Amino acid sequence: MSDVVGHFLAATVRTATPLALAALGEMLVERAGLINIGVEGTILAGAFGSLVGATAGGVLWGYAGAIAGGVAVAALFAVFVVWLKANQIITGTALTLLSVGATGTLYRAMYGSSGAALSSPTSPPFPIPWLSRIPLVGEALFAQPPIAYAAYLLVPVIAWWMRGTHAGLALRAIGEQPEAAQVAGVRVQRLRVLAILAGGVLGGLAGGTLVLAQAGTFAEGMSAGRGFIAIAIVVLGRWHPLGVALAAFVFGAASALQFAFQAMGWHAPYQLFLVVPYLLTLAGLAGAVGRARAPAALGKAL
Amino acid sequence: MSFLKPTLFFIAGVAALIAVTLVLLVALGYPANGALLALWSGSVGSWYSLTSATLVRAVPLMLTGCAIAVAFRAGVFNIGAEGQLLAGAAAATAVALALPHSGIVALALAMLAGAVAGGLWAGIAALLRARFGVLEVISTMMLNFVALHAVSYLVRGPMQEPTHIYPQTSAIAEGVHLARIPGAGRLHAGFFIALTVLAACGWVFRHTAAGFRLLAVGENPAAAECAGMIGVGSTTRLALLWSGALAGLAGAIEVLGVTFALYENISPGYGYTAIAVALLAGLDPWRVIFSAMLFGALEAGAGAMQRDANVPSTLVSVFEALLILGVIGAQTLRWRVRRTPSLSVDDPVGSSR
Repeated sequence: MSDVVGHFLAATVRTATPLALAALGEMLVERAGLINIGVEGTILAGAFGSLVGATAGGVLWGYAGAIAGGVAVAALFAVFVVWLKANQIITGTALTLLSVGATGTLYRAMYGSSGAALSSPTSPPFPIPWLSRIPLVGEALFAQPPIAYAAYLLVPVIAWWMRGTHAGLALRAIGEQPEAAQVAGVRVQRLRVLAILAGGVLGGLAGGTLVLAQAGTFAEGMSAGRGFIAIAIVVLGRWHPLGVALAAFVFGAASALQFAFQAMGWHAPYQLFLVVPYLLTLAGLAGAVGRARAPAALGKAL
Repeated sequence: MSFLKPTLFFIAGVAALIAVTLVLLVALGYPANGALLALWSGSVGSWYSLTSATLVRAVPLMLTGCAIAVAFRAGVFNIGAEGQLLAGAAAATAVALALPHSGIVALALAMLAGAVAGGLWAGIAALLRARFGVLEVISTMMLNFVALHAVSYLVRGPMQEPTHIYPQTSAIAEGVHLARIPGAGRLHAGFFIALTVLAACGWVFRHTAAGFRLLAVGENPAAAECAGMIGVGSTTRLALLWSGALAGLAGAIEVLGVTFALYENISPGYGYTAIAVALLAGLDPWRVIFSAMLFGALEAGAGAMQRDANVPSTLVSVFEALLILGVIGAQTLRWRVRRTPSLSVDDPVGSSR
């Protein structure tokens, strides 16, 4: 029984890590008053970037490539949304499409015909001494690849940054009252661009996690809707880092349930488990939006 | 709402596409000549490819493109046309398989079921918006995935063909098929249905009070509300339902005219391509007819490029994305000059409603 719980928790954390990274990035963007529904494209570009980096120079270069891929897509979003003031929804949709097409085309052009599985160097689990030996939860939480620990650390760091620093205050201000913030001397456009790029870094890292710490390879469309779940997680987590982390954990648990059910020998249509996170999102949104308040200037150009 | 001059827009778009194609092909080291030849012959180079490849693909793109146009015009960002199409396809298949008699009545009922199912699927998002304030951008997106998994379940569970070997339904009886157009290969009567529906939508947009309300709400919801005669909430809800119904009809026509059975990959992302189709057409149903044909040709040609010149067919997604970005880039640059924004750029998620 404890074995099942341990596996379930480990699978939860594994699934939640890339979701949390991407959602934290999207949260920063949304707190700045923008909505980027192109996270899916950012993750995919990050995944492809990490494959290119890792096959050329190992895991660290893989993460560098992931960041480069994510930032490239995010930079395009910034150009269109902040500079050209284009519609954010349409831009985000187009960037996802662009990323799906570009990564697919480049993958086939660079690594030969489709279907040939190409393995990349991977980042193995790194058990933290002491902590990983805590009964039941130790192995699940503290015998993960290093990127998971980075995600753990990011949550309090971002929470502190948003609450306790001048820049964090400015970020929250431009998401609520950009005009007022501008009058108070905040450089709104520049801060929004920075938030978008930070979202690109985190979204790219989420994609890198999929390749380097999980699949060990790249597959076309491997982000598989995680970018959209990340957007839902931000709402469910009420635009707060701790809430986002918790919501990511919930989503991880929902998808880990299918493995737990299999381990327990219960049979149910597998689509049921795959659909649960989406239904949870809708239910969460229906319940969450009424009580939690989105940044007031969300989605409006300045 | 004034978009760029349609013809100019079209020519610029197509020219940009060809330029981007050439650059990408050469940059990736593919034989540009052979690829372009394949693109041409696979799309419009022969009567067969024009009808059986291009126009057959244009039919679902016309209807989903119109679905997007209706929603976006009203300022409702329905990006769930894919899910609504799947819901329509599933319902039409179920009805076509369940009806004891075949014939024109059964055919009409199956298409009606598809449209209703698509409308209801979009109606979930409309309800969530009305009752709980859930942004339709997110809800329609989530519903796409739910629909995809639901179809996956249906064709492996309750609706699977009797031998339980293939993940698909039984074939729909021939009497409930949309008739092939004589002399036009695989092109079916759904083509004329789509043309009629789009013509009707364009007429509603231009000449009726309902069309005017739609545009008014999309342009400036606050002004529409102040004018007093327009219920913003009910208009946007109605637009979303109609949008879903059109996408659902697209799904129904696809199973009744092309695939004759339901299976998972029944749509190669028509609901997403539709966004590019509608934007290129300036959200005008009449122009959607032509932009859908252009995209139909593009997708048909991309398949041929993959087969004959080994060029990845995913390249077509890059074109589509660049086209969307080009269109919105051109629009926003134009607004800067004229200072009159049209597609409500300051309120992309409808938060002021």
